[in-house]
Amino acid sequence: MRGQFPLKMAVGATAIMLLAAGCGGGGDETEAADAVISIGIGEPQHLIPSNATESNGAEVLAALFSPLVDFDADNKPYLVAAESVESTDNKVWTIKLKDGYTFHNGEKVGADNYINAWNHAAYGPNGNGGSYFLERVEGYKDLQSKDPDGEEGPKKAPDPVAKTLTGLKKVDELTFTVTLSEPFSGWRSVMGYTTFYPLPAAAWQSEGVLKEDFEQAPIGNGPFKMKGKWEHDAKVEVEAYDAFPGDKPKVGGVNYRIFQEQTAQYAELMGGGLDVVTQIPIENLASAPTDLGDRFKTSPNSVFQFVGFPTFQKEFEKVEVRKAISMAINREEITTSIFRGSQTPATSFVSPAVAGYRENSCGEACTYDPAKAKAAYEAAGGPKQIKITYNADGGHKAWVDATCNQLKANLGVDCVGTGEPKFADLLTKVENKEPVGLIRLGWIMDYPLMENYLGPLYGTGGSSNYYGYSNPEFDNLVKQGSAAPTQEEAIKLWQQAEDILARDMPVIPLRLGQNVFGHSERVKNVEVDKFQKVEILKIEATS
Amino acid sequence: MFRYFVRRLLQGVLTFFGATFIVYALMFANQSDPLQALAGERPLPENVRQALTERYHLDDPFILQYGYYMKGLLTGDFGTSLTNRPILEMMEQAWPTTIRLSFIAIIIAVLIAVTAGIVSAIRRGGVFDNTTLVITLLLLSMPIVVLAPLAQLIFGMRLQWVPATAGADSGLFALVLPAFVLSSLVIATQLRVTRASVAENLRSDYVRTARAKGLADRRVIGVHVLRNSLIPVVTLIGTDLGNLMAGAIVTEGVFNIPGVGFMLVRGIRTEDGPLVVGFVSILVIVFLVVNLVVDLLYAVLDPRIRYE
Repeated sequence: MRGQFPLKMAVGATAIMLLAAGCGGGGDETEAADAVISIGIGEPQHLIPSNATESNGAEVLAALFSPLVDFDADNKPYLVAAESVESTDNKVWTIKLKDGYTFHNGEKVGADNYINAWNHAAYGPNGNGGSYFLERVEGYKDLQSKDPDGEEGPKKAPDPVAKTLTGLKKVDELTFTVTLSEPFSGWRSVMGYTTFYPLPAAAWQSEGVLKEDFEQAPIGNGPFKMKGKWEHDAKVEVEAYDAFPGDKPKVGGVNYRIFQEQTAQYAELMGGGLDVVTQIPIENLASAPTDLGDRFKTSPNSVFQFVGFPTFQKEFEKVEVRKAISMAINREEITTSIFRGSQTPATSFVSPAVAGYRENSCGEACTYDPAKAKAAYEAAGGPKQIKITYNADGGHKAWVDATCNQLKANLGVDCVGTGEPKFADLLTKVENKEPVGLIRLGWIMDYPLMENYLGPLYGTGGSSNYYGYSNPEFDNLVKQGSAAPTQEEAIKLWQQAEDILARDMPVIPLRLGQNVFGHSERVKNVEVDKFQKVEILKIEATS
Repeated sequence: MFRYFVRRLLQGVLTFFGATFIVYALMFANQSDPLQALAGERPLPENVRQALTERYHLDDPFILQYGYYMKGLLTGDFGTSLTNRPILEMMEQAWPTTIRLSFIAIIIAVLIAVTAGIVSAIRRGGVFDNTTLVITLLLLSMPIVVLAPLAQLIFGMRLQWVPATAGADSGLFALVLPAFVLSSLVIATQLRVTRASVAENLRSDYVRTARAKGLADRRVIGVHVLRNSLIPVVTLIGTDLGNLMAGAIVTEGVFNIPGVGFMLVRGIRTEDGPLVVGFVSILVIVFLVVNLVVDLLYAVLDPRIRYE
């Protein structure tokens, strides 16, 4: 970034000079600040904060809303819309809002806006994809109900016993408290997610019921407001909101153009019709660096790719076998030749996107050493045949086959990659305990804490722990870390938990994701954060 | 004529119900877990799964789901997609887009195919005839999955003569390249059929008679030959129109045109039964109507054909 800056400055200065010569000076600054830039996205599924769990919706909402906290370069939370977030016991959190924030329709942002939005998010029958973020808040269970005869049965689930979370209490217009069911020192970071945005009074049809068409033109408290409505499959246009009290955006508006195929997005960037592509598709990676020159960029994100060993497959029971397989994989070769540097080798069980990440915490087992791997594999009596199952719709065939070839060559075993049509098919097979072999999995964090990798991926009964790893000692350490009084202590305990993973090797860490993005000559200061969103307050038009 | 028309209409109704039933059954059989498909690789929270399963009747048996769907369809309610968008609204957006694209494509195809077909039939074995033969061979052998990105790369990204993608409310200019690509699906066959048909008619008795009468070449070809040669071409154009609408899947994806093909791809990816069936139902109607119109056009072009 820094290296290109002088060139950009020169280009910008020349352009300003030309402009000044052309129209007799004046107005240069405002021209750039009023510019409307375009960013390519896919069609969002929803534009309701609590239901926007995929990146397209989150990208648009990040422009329309201002979060309570955001994250700095070290993944530590800092306050944005909140004046203070305090807790003495990590159980009761007092959130004081900054005065002066208003919704785009002029309403003042107050404690009620947060409480109502969060209650709606957590209420089970609303089916909000982000509801599980509020799991830790006291009373969450009472907002859910269980279908008495299972999903397949004819009976409907009864209404939950409560409609509001007992853990949310208003103190005054700008202050409210959140009571968690158990102490959690990382709660401040959790609140940085999309689900925790406030909603204005204008959003509600009646108490607890959102207006049907609210998501067609969401009213937020952020630096940009909607310009017109969400035009499905075409675009979402936003323009700067003048009364925004926080850091002002450096552009006048953003046109989020919707594309179904990433390749079409890239074509439009090359054709000159689009300013930013946040993820350049793998098909274009060969030509993109030359096409774009210094406008081709990468930045780390939180994607963590790995393969898991199902615990019901006894042939992988021995930890030596699992470690030997990991040692026989040349991660570097796969990331350079197949992913062309768009991903990097992973040698830890969490992503560098979280505080507390240590490089190579996996140790020797993640270091490529074919000779040692083979000796260890044979000594431990590993299976003669290895299978890797993946979902065929995610573009995984190439690297799975390459990994298989490495295992064949380095361990002298037979290895096959089996593609299931969809991820759901893969999960069904795992649930039925079919011999799927190694299963391909990936994880994107919800909030930048080690716990967000350790809990869902390796905790007993974790939401993405499809392979069934369970170690009470590990669970205990993660839990202790969550309850620790400070983040520093929490990280220490979580790192101890990670060390257990290195010993048990329940999964093989393979690769870390990167944002591979590009932009046109009309914009500068383009950055894509760890949540794969464009840093909307930093982006600028060149002139 | 009227009885024929009514009989065809009744047949059409049966075909419509049969086709929607089969498509719905196929989508149902293909459906493993649409909610997981929607969530991608994220784990789906249990409460969300439960709420959405009830909202979209996903836990009901097939016949009941089909019943719900048909009941809605007959009262003009196409239902909602799994992202809670009314499908009717998606159709109102997608159909005009696709129809516009297919019409431009068909006009381009007919203009090129018929003109070039006649010229090469008149000058059989000449340079023009042989050149078009080679070009049509090339077009026929090049699948659209190759042709569309290639055209986009050359004209949209490198030369930048036309916009690389079209988008939703694009002008006619942006649609020229996609329409050209789309028309290549049908141009080759139309050209060959026109050429063969004109060449055959040029040898027939009535043409010789017309020439013997001393009619001008222009009139002989323009009126006598063309009218008789166009019957097979009109049939082709009719069915091609249906093909173009259904076949725009690749083109609409590459050029980012939110039309019917675009929606179908999305529906299939997310295992969204109602979305796919809704669009296919309309496609079925389009095919039925187009076929009927083509059959009726025969009688206009050839007075010897009568329907009973």
